Amino acid sequence: MIPAPPVALGALLPALIVFGTGVLVLLLDLVPPRTKDHLGGVALAGIVIALLGSISLWNHETRAFRDMVLLDNYALFFHVVICYAAALAVLLSIDYLRRNGVESGEYYALLLFSTAGMMLLASAGDLLIVFLGIELMSLSLYVLAGLFKMRLASGEASMKYFLLGAFATGFLLYGIALIYGATGSTNFDRIAAAAAARPRDTLVTIGLGLLLVGFGFKISSVPFHMWAPDVYEGAPTSVTALIATGSKAAAFAALIRVLTVALRAAQPDWSVLLWAVAAVTMTAGNVIAIAQSNLKRMLAYSSIAHVGYMLVGLVAGGVPGAGAVLFYLLAYTFTTAGAFGAILLVERSDGEAVEVGDYAGLARRHPVLAATLGLFLLSLVGIPPLAGFVGKFYLFGSAVRAGYLWLTVIGVLNSAIAAYYYLRVIVYMYMREPEGVEVRLVPSFAGGVALAIALVGIVLLGVMPAPFADLAQVAVAPLLR
Amino acid sequence: MAPESWYLALSAVLFCIGVVGVIVRRNPLVIFMSIEVMLNAANLAFVAFGHRLGTADGQAVVFFVMAVAAAEVAVGLAIIVAIFRLRRRLSVDDLSLMRW
Amino acid sequence: MEYLPILLTFAFAAGVAGALLGIPLLIAPRRLSPVKLAPFECGKDPIAISEGRFPIKFSTVAILFIIFDIELFFLWLWAMLFRRLGWFGFVEMLVFLAILMLGYLYIWRKGGLEWE
Repeated sequence: MIPAPPVALGALLPALIVFGTGVLVLLLDLVPPRTKDHLGGVALAGIVIALLGSISLWNHETRAFRDMVLLDNYALFFHVVICYAAALAVLLSIDYLRRNGVESGEYYALLLFSTAGMMLLASAGDLLIVFLGIELMSLSLYVLAGLFKMRLASGEASMKYFLLGAFATGFLLYGIALIYGATGSTNFDRIAAAAAARPRDTLVTIGLGLLLVGFGFKISSVPFHMWAPDVYEGAPTSVTALIATGSKAAAFAALIRVLTVALRAAQPDWSVLLWAVAAVTMTAGNVIAIAQSNLKRMLAYSSIAHVGYMLVGLVAGGVPGAGAVLFYLLAYTFTTAGAFGAILLVERSDGEAVEVGDYAGLARRHPVLAATLGLFLLSLVGIPPLAGFVGKFYLFGSAVRAGYLWLTVIGVLNSAIAAYYYLRVIVYMYMREPEGVEVRLVPSFAGGVALAIALVGIVLLGVMPAPFADLAQVAVAPLLR
Repeated sequence: MAPESWYLALSAVLFCIGVVGVIVRRNPLVIFMSIEVMLNAANLAFVAFGHRLGTADGQAVVFFVMAVAAAEVAVGLAIIVAIFRLRRRLSVDDLSLMRW
Repeated sequence: MEYLPILLTFAFAAGVAGALLGIPLLIAPRRLSPVKLAPFECGKDPIAISEGRFPIKFSTVAILFIIFDIELFFLWLWAMLFRRLGWFGFVEMLVFLAILMLGYLYIWRKGGLEWE
């Protein structure tokens, strides 16, 4: 008789709530009424319950399934970030889907499955769980990106995202296989012990390289960023908001834990590599963003540049560096989801208003929306007292203290370059006359709520950042013991 | 019985073939098949390493990978079918609406 | 350096593949014309896609088959150890199958199994 292993589902509770809500939405989709509005409400309720549950579990560390799943403060911090990203995406979706005639129950179910995958990634304590989490997250997002079945751009975004994402998964999996072969385990702690006993193992180094390729695709760092602009542009804007925020946060959660816990012995190797990747990613993202006239594409390159900033924190290392990355992810989630949300609420008579010219003179006709979008863009630039400024301050501060002066200089120069293309949009909104096709603001209560939440988030994080930065540091501290 | 290093060498070769296939082929279906070759190269490596380490962990991982790969096939084929309905020919070079 | 042979194999495989792709690019002339790109059918003009066309319904069935077929190997492992796993294994498998059945119910009610 094989003894029954302990089943501690508590460690998966927040992810299970989200996943269960997804299944519930699928089943509710089968029964009347045929309208789908209430399904958005159900999805939102599930995410909010998971969010509150995650907050209430703070400081209650649980490990389960032979340490494969860890529900520690680090995972819970990311659960909160991911739940916010998912909740904002749901709020933005409700009217957007109806407007575009693609209301469906599957949409919310897939969004919830994807969110559950992200949460699994955040609490992964084993490379196998990293693999499963990434796949659950990505497979759902591939389908969501192709939601507009009748639009070629959406279908192509979906296919491109799928092919490159699956390609990245291949690298990731082979890297896991090599690390398993070298250390005899896929568990982070056991890998760390084995790797510390035999430093500079060739197989571990190759495995690390392959893992970084896989993660590089998921966080869209240069040179694995080429999918991001096309997918961001082609996917429905509400899905883009989730891809840009939640999936990036989740991939970073797993990446930080893999690098700082499992592969800490290889830190000299990966910090040199990430130094170069961070510098190239920031610069390429910002320089290419200047040339974009499509706002969704511009924000895609801007998000690539922000990944570069976050990698600076990872290179700096230690509790201040990793804590700064966590804080930045929180700030970045509110800012980017808000910016995409504001774009989503503006519409031309012949489709989406995504060209920068569409925003000319917006401030005169829709002053509130223009001001809101302007604030999100200012936060992306890093103007005090908004969240983006504080996030950059912590990131670059940690890099300076760790002695990475040149990287900081590159980062600050990049922030200056970035100001140009963000401010150009604001100039269009406030100082240009309206041109061409009439644009209008789509009335949406849920969308307004989403923007309000994001706005409160960036102002709150900008005005009183200390408590949140402390929480971020408390969350990462156990990783770096 | 061949030594494990032979299996590992085979898996390395398979992985390279898969990567090259993804990069040079133009048909999404063939690219997708190359990706599957990469995943199966990893599976072979898992089994070989597991055998050398004398544990069943490596084989257990393979089961998860195969289940995930099946889901990936389903999603991938569905996406390809959906885009094929819109556009009759099938080549990534045709994805000219947005540049590769 | 017990992994040196593997590394060498990696390098060899990459080198051969790179050479096979790179050499023609460097030395072979490329003059493409519509005639050259067309499939060769004994000199006749092609009249249809060579693989033939088949209804997209088949692919739907194939996709559904793959999803449910692959779950079989979990069942197979469980069946091998059925007695030794006891009630715990039985209940676990019921939960697993129940989740699968939810998916099946969804496909069925959504009309995924309809042929027409």
